[in-house]
Amino acid sequence: MWMSNLPPFIPFFIAALLVLVTRGHVRNAILLATPLLGGLHLWLDVQPHVPMVATDSLVTASNLSFNVSMFAYQLEFMRVDKLSLLFGYLFHIATFIAVIFALHVRDTTQQVAALLYAGSALGAVFAGDLISLFMFWEGLALSSVFLIWARRSERSINTGIRYLIFQVMSGVLLLAGALMYYQQTGSTAFNYIGIESTAGMLILLAFGIKSAFPMLHGWLTDAYPESTPTGTVFLSAFTTKVAVYALARGFAGTEILVYIGAIMTCFPIFYAVIENDLRRVLAYSMINQVGFMVCGIGIGTALALNGAVAHAFNDVIFKGLLFMTMGAVLHRVGNINGSDLGGLYKSMPKTTVLCIVGASSISAFPLFSGFVSKSMVMAAMLEEGYDYLWLMLLFASAGVFHHAGIKIPYFTFFHHDSGIRTKEAPTNMLIAMSIAAALCIFIGTQPQYLYALLPWHVDYWPYDVTHVLAQLQVLFFSALAFVWLNKRGLYPPELHSVNIDFEWFYRKLLPASGRAGFGLMQAINNTSSRFVLGSWRCFQSLFQASRFSQYHLASSWPTGSMVLWIGVILGGYLIANAWFGG
Amino acid sequence: MDHDHKDEKTYLFDNPRNVSRLLLGFYIICAVLFIADFIVHRHTVHPWEGLPGFYAIYGFVACVVLVLIAKEMRKVFMRKEDYYDVDE
Repeated sequence: MWMSNLPPFIPFFIAALLVLVTRGHVRNAILLATPLLGGLHLWLDVQPHVPMVATDSLVTASNLSFNVSMFAYQLEFMRVDKLSLLFGYLFHIATFIAVIFALHVRDTTQQVAALLYAGSALGAVFAGDLISLFMFWEGLALSSVFLIWARRSERSINTGIRYLIFQVMSGVLLLAGALMYYQQTGSTAFNYIGIESTAGMLILLAFGIKSAFPMLHGWLTDAYPESTPTGTVFLSAFTTKVAVYALARGFAGTEILVYIGAIMTCFPIFYAVIENDLRRVLAYSMINQVGFMVCGIGIGTALALNGAVAHAFNDVIFKGLLFMTMGAVLHRVGNINGSDLGGLYKSMPKTTVLCIVGASSISAFPLFSGFVSKSMVMAAMLEEGYDYLWLMLLFASAGVFHHAGIKIPYFTFFHHDSGIRTKEAPTNMLIAMSIAAALCIFIGTQPQYLYALLPWHVDYWPYDVTHVLAQLQVLFFSALAFVWLNKRGLYPPELHSVNIDFEWFYRKLLPASGRAGFGLMQAINNTSSRFVLGSWRCFQSLFQASRFSQYHLASSWPTGSMVLWIGVILGGYLIANAWFGG
Repeated sequence: MDHDHKDEKTYLFDNPRNVSRLLLGFYIICAVLFIADFIVHRHTVHPWEGLPGFYAIYGFVACVVLVLIAKEMRKVFMRKEDYYDVDE
């Protein structure tokens, strides 16, 4: 359609400019056309030059390039191989669905920010060198923060600032690592980096912040639920997945990632069970899902890496679907607390069904998309002998079904009748959700199409009796546990509350200790000045009382006259020096 | 939509018999799946997978443990909704 080496981010950035200056139907047309045409172009016109080799390493190959020179650096904006293409297709699909979902939004800031955000994500996955990656990395941060601020509540303003600090910190670490890497290797090419060098560790940390590694994850659970109903759908699609792409590209096979990933799958599910804000439950769920991807990347075999990126692909779609259903409920009801909802299947039946499709996908129910990708990572873990970690991931899988597969639909749409009656979700939202749901089912039932897009050679088929039976057993008996716990009255009720997580350290402890420290310094200042002044006055009164005070020079003089006399003496000295010295 | 609260439409799960039917069907499927473990030969890799009913029991126990630990977590981590808002 257009020249095949035009980097995909450019049409998105141009569209963002156009959206800024248009309104109404013209704007909507641009919003819809951009990901649609961009995606088609990518599908039809852009091919990697050399097919992927069936080994663990990626062959970076393309006769397409779009290089720009900046200062001493060669920026490569168009590095095309199956890995970047997979994410390229994914981001176009995600943008298209999210744009339909947000078509009713009149807020220009959100629409422009969304396109810039999607464009930055595309720029990042096609970037061939670390410097251009850095540029788009920061682009992601700066555009997405406006989606958070768009809600214009006091909470979202503060959250956005914290979010920005984390994201920019990630970018700074990336830049520092990139420059060190350049110094060590003489090249800024973005390929396998590894953690053997300090540069590698810095870059891993940068990627880790954006992937929500444990203790670096606070921004995700803090910020995503504070955005608008439509904004969160965009947010969920890009930042973490660009980070997963970057990890797959730069750190495939790095063993520590297996352990980090396993931790990431486990700790969020506990929070998800007791969290009230249902979009925060989904945010914790995101960390859990990314954990599976990080595990797969850490294992590093073709099966594991394929599983990781396939799961990233599916996750954007089913997570987007879940955020869309919750966004629709928030849009209609104005409240997304599990404690306040219930019985909404009566008013929003279609949204209910679509939510159940999303929930089944995230739980890896057979015939839904999650099943065909998550099982790859699990199988790879067993193959490589990570037996105990595999048990952790199995635990996490059961947990996911519990909080995302059951809790989200149940407390929103069923449970008890909260008395809320509202309209069904608006048509554009229903269309967007239906497309996502259809994709979940399509990929789940016909996985071969997704498998064909995967970067490494695929020799896996998820539908055999063993896998299906095992998975169904896990899921149904997890559900049985839910039913049993409820019948026994053991299940924790949804309560108006927040639960403190690692962010407590910098949201409470740090400011509190800062205030305490400041208070301490003030106290020290007060005490010491009292002491010094007191001692001085004591000395003064002693002096006055003594016999020395009768003498003329002992009286206290005004500072002004002392200065005057010093001036006189100095002046006299200077004159005398000039007179007798010169 | 102008439904009076007096003649409010009855929905699917307002009827307790439907809920019971759903649960019954669910229990039956669970039983079938558990029994299937003894009939179907599962191809196993992990040493524990060979235990009969492994996945069913693991799924059930994992969820119960998860929820009970989460409940305990609340005692340590739960705060009022405006906990973080106070200072800002």
